[in-house]
Amino acid sequence: MPLILNDEQAQLADMARAFLAERSPIALLRKLRDERDPDGFSRDLWAGFAEMGLTGILVSEDHGGLGLGAVEAGVVMEAIGTTLANVPFLSTSILGARALALGSAEQQAAWLPRIAAGEVITALAVDEGAKHRPAAIALTATRSGNGFRLDGTKAMVLDGHVADLLIVAATTGLFLVDPKTRGVTVERTLMVDGKNAARITFDAVEIDADAVLGELDAGPGALEAVLDLGRAAVAAELTGVGAEAFGRTVAYLKERRQFGKLIGEFQALQHRAAILHTELEVAKAVTLKALQAIDAGAPDAALIASAAKAKAGQAAQLAVQEGVQMHGGVGMTDAFDIGFFMKRARVAEELFGDGAFHADRVARASGY
Amino acid sequence: MTDLDTFRAETRAWLDANCPPEMRQPMLTDDDPCWGGRNWRFQSEGQRLWLERMGAKGWTAPTWPSAYGGGGLDHEQAEILREEMERIGARSPLNSFGVWMLGPALLRYGTEEQKQAYLPPIVRGEIRWCQGYSEPGAGSDLASLGTKAEDKGDHWLVNGQKVWTSYADKADWIFCLVRTDTDAPKHLGISFVLFDMTTPGVSTRPIPLISGKSPFCETFFDDVVVPKSHLVGELNRGWDVAKHLLTHERDMIGGRVVNASEPLGVIAARTLDLDADPLLRARLAQFDLDAIAFRALVERAGDTTAAGTAHPASSSVLKYYGAEFNKRKFELIMATGGFEALEWEGERSHDGRTARDWLRTKANSIEGGTDEVQLNIIAKRLLNLPGA
Repeated sequence: MPLILNDEQAQLADMARAFLAERSPIALLRKLRDERDPDGFSRDLWAGFAEMGLTGILVSEDHGGLGLGAVEAGVVMEAIGTTLANVPFLSTSILGARALALGSAEQQAAWLPRIAAGEVITALAVDEGAKHRPAAIALTATRSGNGFRLDGTKAMVLDGHVADLLIVAATTGLFLVDPKTRGVTVERTLMVDGKNAARITFDAVEIDADAVLGELDAGPGALEAVLDLGRAAVAAELTGVGAEAFGRTVAYLKERRQFGKLIGEFQALQHRAAILHTELEVAKAVTLKALQAIDAGAPDAALIASAAKAKAGQAAQLAVQEGVQMHGGVGMTDAFDIGFFMKRARVAEELFGDGAFHADRVARASGY
Repeated sequence: MTDLDTFRAETRAWLDANCPPEMRQPMLTDDDPCWGGRNWRFQSEGQRLWLERMGAKGWTAPTWPSAYGGGGLDHEQAEILREEMERIGARSPLNSFGVWMLGPALLRYGTEEQKQAYLPPIVRGEIRWCQGYSEPGAGSDLASLGTKAEDKGDHWLVNGQKVWTSYADKADWIFCLVRTDTDAPKHLGISFVLFDMTTPGVSTRPIPLISGKSPFCETFFDDVVVPKSHLVGELNRGWDVAKHLLTHERDMIGGRVVNASEPLGVIAARTLDLDADPLLRARLAQFDLDAIAFRALVERAGDTTAAGTAHPASSSVLKYYGAEFNKRKFELIMATGGFEALEWEGERSHDGRTARDWLRTKANSIEGGTDEVQLNIIAKRLLNLPGA
């Protein structure tokens, strides 16, 4: 398959970008932040996603979705990265939809149509400490009565404060939990980027036996497949963040004058901009490769997803840091938007494993 | 079965039947690749047969039109051929500046007679070409070149000197940039000509390099007579041809470092305890991760070119990234090899192959336009930065 978007995917990209540019300018993120909006996102904007069918992009057509794949989801994530739109698309339409597709026919019928309709928000609760360490999950699910008892704490649960359903990773498998269950405590955590996350404590939470999602004690494979999709999706978002920060910076180099010249005439800045361009091209290529590999069920999809997450993170980090530096003093002001991209790139770098995590993962997968 | 599946099956069967066993061994030394040409001495009968068979099918230049001896394959078929050759570890049948550089320029700018005359012998590996571009006073500033071609009515008279001419001492013909108008602005007085290296007045002198080898030469032209019909493209518009050819040279230098070789960390782990050297392990891991990403860049560049949506300057992205990538790769190979990689002579080290290859890579970011020239091109033509 050629490593370029096909016509339908390119049209979807244009549509998503145009929609988000109009409905979710960075001013909206700024307003949600400044007003300390209790939801932290615009339900009106989310309804717009549902109208276009994007909420159900990965949900099968049987369940009322579009039945598209990782490449299409990635295309929307890239547009989200470009505009920094604050929507529960990653938590619900990507991670939620893919995780629930592992479930029983009843579980799928109960949740997937409602995800597609934009009626529910789901949150995947995996991480516990300061870093992404899915191999070190400590939350326990012990058999109790006819069901299970959950004990443990989760952190960095995306959209956890507004979720209607929690998908919780325990040592033995995945569980569906209603956040209103007794013993569940949700603390919204305001993060540096103005986006949404929560810390969630599970203190002797009793759940029914039918809350198990997928198989118990079947190893980390199912969760890892969901996480790999998340990694590639965040990589796609990071390529959008990096490209937009870079585009704004290049535009500034063409308008800002010092020493009687446009600063873009200075070779010191030209070469740094050119290097950044090559890094962003590499990130774009490997990210699309990862999304295609996931759709194809390729055996090396996990490896490429790791490479994509790491490279897109590095390229975006470079783009935002050069972005602030090349903007000079105005780059440091809150009134100017470039700082929002730096904050988002920092958060996205940590999600589902940073560059070091993924380099280590590549080494282990290669056998050293 | 789709047409492509059929093509793959047929290709696989043909390669199985026609690729000699010794041409399925990895190349270990600089003497292993076949460069062809009038004076080529085949390393083995297998090498001769392999070139002959692949040349006859046009698969030394898979995407060239079959009318000029090429394979006539489309991009997807060529990719399948590449994959099937890789699958059995088949060597490239021919290393050739004719295939990599001159051919694409002739296909675009050559006359029908020139294409008929020059392309088929390139495909069959019968004529070995070299590239006369750089001069002592014209490196990165290539357009300031001074080698002169005077109009003598029925022929050109060429005088001057080239430098860094790869394998000039072994080549049969040269494609050469010469100044045909000394009054015009420097880019508008250059022409692109072809001539036989055995023409009286042509001489070469190899330049010993830091690797102890001499792949590059100084090339001297003293009253060399070149027929008028050997001009490619329009008179004084040779810079257009040169630039087109350079994009292919850059793709070649940028893209050739990608292969499906084992991860460096796996190779290193055979001889070193990487757990005892966590910083080296981290560098290897980051490199092997970057290799996955770089392969995707090369694949995407090829697909974008095939789709006709590539920016002409995008080859500079590949050239810059590939050169830096390859230099970094060999720094890591040296770090992994330790003392053993430092040996310069003797059988154990294949006459210092690792050290010599490492030193050779330092030219990657100089040849075909330096890193700095590539960054200038990206800034000017892809980013449209002012005054670049």
